[in-house]
Amino acid sequence: MSYFEFLSQYGDRLASGTLITMLLTVLSALLAIAIALAMGLMRLAPNALIRGIATVYIEIFRGTSLLVQLYWIFFVLPLFGITLEKFTAGFVAVGMNLGAYGAELVRGAILSVPRGQWEAALALNMSPAKRMLRVILPQALLIMLPPWGNLMIELLKGTALVALIAVADLMFQAKQINGSTFLSAQTFGTALIVYYILARFMITPFMRWLERFMTRKLGRA
Amino acid sequence: MFDWRWDFTWEILPRLVAATGNTLMAAGFGYALAVVLGLVFALAQRTPYRALTLAVRETVEFIRSTPLVLQIFFVFYVGPQFGLRLSPWTAGMIAIGLHYASYLSEVYRGGLESVPKGQWEAATSLNLSTARTYFRVIIPQALPPSLAGMGNYLVGIFKDTPMLSVIGVAELMHTATAIGSETYRYLEPYTLVGIIFLAISLPTAAGIRIFEAWVRRKLGMS
Repeated sequence: MSYFEFLSQYGDRLASGTLITMLLTVLSALLAIAIALAMGLMRLAPNALIRGIATVYIEIFRGTSLLVQLYWIFFVLPLFGITLEKFTAGFVAVGMNLGAYGAELVRGAILSVPRGQWEAALALNMSPAKRMLRVILPQALLIMLPPWGNLMIELLKGTALVALIAVADLMFQAKQINGSTFLSAQTFGTALIVYYILARFMITPFMRWLERFMTRKLGRA
Repeated sequence: MFDWRWDFTWEILPRLVAATGNTLMAAGFGYALAVVLGLVFALAQRTPYRALTLAVRETVEFIRSTPLVLQIFFVFYVGPQFGLRLSPWTAGMIAIGLHYASYLSEVYRGGLESVPKGQWEAATSLNLSTARTYFRVIIPQALPPSLAGMGNYLVGIFKDTPMLSVIGVAELMHTATAIGSETYRYLEPYTLVGIIFLAISLPTAAGIRIFEAWVRRKLGMS
């Protein structure tokens, strides 16, 4: 079978898998950003208990594997009465895992906003919430965007693991097609190229655009 | 709702601990391969041959932007299609070694670029060969700034070994899944796997930070 025959026969299955992968990426990215912001801020809280909760969360999710977490959420959590549908379990696991990595980026970026900015906000009698939202976070955002670009690619790669709990993403479709045709080079090769295109020609340019946009927004261009 | 069984825990613990040995072995072999191959990738990108530099650069980018689990499948299944049969262990080590080699090559690249140009000029004026300059002058100085990244990826490769279970390498995750399907109990095996991972990766990460500080002190860099 030539490669074109292969593509015309299995192309739409790979395409539907790609769509699921993209959807998973967007959903888990949103979850990861929310968790990263919450945990990153909690890590800087004056209250030791709040700080402790965030530290434990981050250490647990960064200290174990995404695959272990995914299986735990999918197979063990139902025993505690929380049954997640496999698609939900998939993006929740990926989002929670990458959120822990993101939290450290958020924390680092907030700490690297120059001291003077904090003092100036204090001198202007801003409330702590307003100081964080209007002065510190926008500047921290600009600092942390480049490492977030790498994290987003890690996240895309992480979504491939949900195929192991039978979510019909690109990885899963490739596995299925390989199982019935044994055309491993074509199926896995195509899937690898699609992931590469998503990472290099969608995520990376989007993050670059976001960096430029934020730079202009903050009047630093 | 919460029915953790301690007798079952003690029963399966020896099997999981034995499998941890395999996990550590996989991480160790994979890392050794990655450390060497990564250096090859990094040095290849510094040669004057444009074509080679570009090809290696793109390969590294490609490996870094695609999922490891897919690469493991690729290496394992593509061989037999062309008559080359690889054992799960061999295929797994090749895939994970290549994946982390591309990460490490970026770490090395940063380290190598941080060595001041004057060191090269000094080595040239002393009439040292390129190989000698690299091994006696440049790499020793590039190493300390690379240590943090190398340590992170050592922990990283350890945490990625569960993916090898998909092609049947009998590491920790594979064993836990096997126990689960034999006994229909997933709570204890998967929770223990998580705890074992934490118990190894947290002290390792802390140890690496101490080692890094020690090297810096030894070399008078801090």
